Amino acid sequence: MLWKTADYAGWGRALVARGEIARPERQSTLAALLAEGLAPAIGMRRSYGDAALNGGGRVIDMTRLDRFRGFDPETGILDVEAGARIGDIAAAFAPRGWLPAVMPGTGLATVGGCIGQDVHGKNHHNVGSFCQHVVSLTLRSARGVVEVTPDRTADLFRATAGGLGQTGVILSARLRLLPRRGDVMVVTERRVEGWDEFLALLDASQATYTVGWIDATARGAALGRGILEEGETGSGLLPKRGQARRVPFDAPRFALAGPVVRAFNTAYYRRVPETGRTVVKPIADFFFPLDKIHDWNRLYGKRGFHQFQCVVPVAEAPALRAMLEEIAGSGLASPLAVLKRMGPGRAGHLSFPMEGYTLAVDFPNRSEARELIRGLESETLSARGRLYFAKDSLARGTDVAAMYPELAAWRKLVARADPEGALATDLVRRLSLRSAT
Amino acid sequence: MNRTWIILGATSAMARAFARKVSQEGAGVLLAGRDMEDLATLAADCRLRGARMAEALAFDARAPEGFAAIIARAEAEEGEINAAVFVGSMPEQGATDADPALVDGVIADSHTGPARFLHMLAPLIEARGTGTVVGVASVAGDRGRIGNYVYGSAKAGFATYLSGLRNRLTRAGGHVVTVKPGFVDTAMTWGLPGLFLVAAPGHVADDILAAVAKRRNVIYTPFFWRYIMLIIRHIPEALFKKMKI
Ligand SMILES: Cc1cc2nc3c(=O)[nH]c(=O)nc-3n(C[C@H](O)[C@H](O)[C@H](O)COP(=O)(O)OP(=O)(O)OC[C@H]3O[C@@H](n4cnc5c(N)ncnc54)[C@H](O)[C@@H]3O)c2cc1C
Repeated sequence: MLWKTADYAGWGRALVARGEIARPERQSTLAALLAEGLAPAIGMRRSYGDAALNGGGRVIDMTRLDRFRGFDPETGILDVEAGARIGDIAAAFAPRGWLPAVMPGTGLATVGGCIGQDVHGKNHHNVGSFCQHVVSLTLRSARGVVEVTPDRTADLFRATAGGLGQTGVILSARLRLLPRRGDVMVVTERRVEGWDEFLALLDASQATYTVGWIDATARGAALGRGILEEGETGSGLLPKRGQARRVPFDAPRFALAGPVVRAFNTAYYRRVPETGRTVVKPIADFFFPLDKIHDWNRLYGKRGFHQFQCVVPVAEAPALRAMLEEIAGSGLASPLAVLKRMGPGRAGHLSFPMEGYTLAVDFPNRSEARELIRGLESETLSARGRLYFAKDSLARGTDVAAMYPELAAWRKLVARADPEGALATDLVRRLSLRSAT
Repeated sequence: MNRTWIILGATSAMARAFARKVSQEGAGVLLAGRDMEDLATLAADCRLRGARMAEALAFDARAPEGFAAIIARAEAEEGEINAAVFVGSMPEQGATDADPALVDGVIADSHTGPARFLHMLAPLIEARGTGTVVGVASVAGDRGRIGNYVYGSAKAGFATYLSGLRNRLTRAGGHVVTVKPGFVDTAMTWGLPGLFLVAAPGHVADDILAAVAKRRNVIYTPFFWRYIMLIIRHIPEALFKKMKI
């Protein structure tokens, strides 16, 4: 059977779709499927909301088309099928001295998904976004199979990078990997006592990889306290790595109740000695800390959760602080929140990054949390910031249109690549991305 | 030791997972099947994951005239020659009922083709005094059921063949592992109703490799299928013939 009808969800599990899914294992099967008509491609559905959902329609699950096609050790260019996972690439190539230039916080994201959201990593301030390291990609659009590059087909490239799968099905891509110094991470962790210190440290960080973990439940003088992690690839001795664990059932509601989270966060914060420390970690532990617990999204119970992520320009840092104050005051935030400094690097019309600070916080899917998030979204808009399509499930189309000034240009290119609108997803419809509201 | 694996039916998801794992250990892989373009992609993938050598070779279980070339290619490699057989086909029983001629193809793909190939390979394993054959049979071969008994009977015949081959190769230092997978998450089972406890292909590949290392004879994968099939085999025929499972 090629198509199966199923209920499926994004990573946050708050939005669900029912529709037909095909999961081809060979390019010839995929080509035959697409000859029947275009349908949006999806990866590992690590986008939290509805970017990878097409309720009532069809989607093509690309995860079985995941082979390395070729590698040039002179240039570090890897040719890979779009369903390959970033963590697999890292695991296979790190021992040979290479890493994907940009890695999101989960190694389970596919190359196609990383292109579709133009993802960023802990090194965005240094190397920019994922698609800035894509040398070329092979796209099956309404016009057949085309080779897309940032220079020769710049328009189509800008519409495809961060383009949410709307220009076609990405079959494969050539990625420029980055050389690395050793096969482990040397990580410096230090406690940060509050907001102002955090921003100052992020601004001053000279490290290749920098990320801030924030205790989004801390208030008052402790507002914005957390841990700054700075990492470099290097060599050293590794502690033994534990087995991956799985969350076998949906957790009850109290699992992430306010007091539990506050206690957890305090313990997490104190884990790092007051004077800081330097530790050696396996590459996967530093980049993909949560992948060690399979299906951790089930910790939020059946109703799922939302992640709010925004970026605001540097000058709007006070607005971001005000948002954090609201979040901390609400008592709704989940364990860890992430604060990063972003550089200006972005490759597509709808790419998320802008120079500034980005904050990401998880919330259980409850009405108070949804209300809080809606408020935060409005504040993001007034702070001239933007929301991230990989995380969003609650935004309004009009807000998003104001946040993405290149939306009109993108629309035009997408209309050419997919004139029949066969590639629209639930997210695209919810936010009216392809048609003016 | 220089190891080479001939992998028949290499385009299947289980075979791909297996090929990658032996590649990571530095073995050479001869990837045999019908979709040459797909096999060429897999060969590149295996090389990049550490295979000493990886080549795509044409293999059609229904065309035995092509078998000798594969065996000759394997013979050119030094050291231990192993084979893993993942071929088999399972048209819907309804299709076979409508067109009984399909029975021949199922049996050729799942039993007679692989058996003939392994029969041609056996002297090479005997001559080298080492080598393992992994034969993928199926829990469907443990008892004929209304839903897929043509496929089941072919796999049962293949399992019996493997048992005899084990008897033969053991004397010469070789070994045969019979693998009986339950439901595995592949294109073959995608969208089929009534599946439960579906295993990932990578999990099956891990079980197979562990069985090869420990020289196990017959494994069920995931392991609990041994108990499920124990029960199913023990249902009295008088009762079983009326059941629809
Ligand atoms: C724990 C965790 C941590 C994360 N950390 C980060 C982070 O640090 N930085 C960051 O930027 N993101 C992060 N993310 C988000 C994640 O990286 C993105 O959502 C990414 O898109 C997920 O990849 P995927 O393969 O699951 O894609 P999906 O979610 O399945 O799809 C994403 C989009 O890409 C499109 N798409 C997928 N494959 C193809 C294809 N072959 N052709 C065309 N279009 C395609 C889909 O249509 C969809 O629009 C994180 C997510 C999680 C769960």
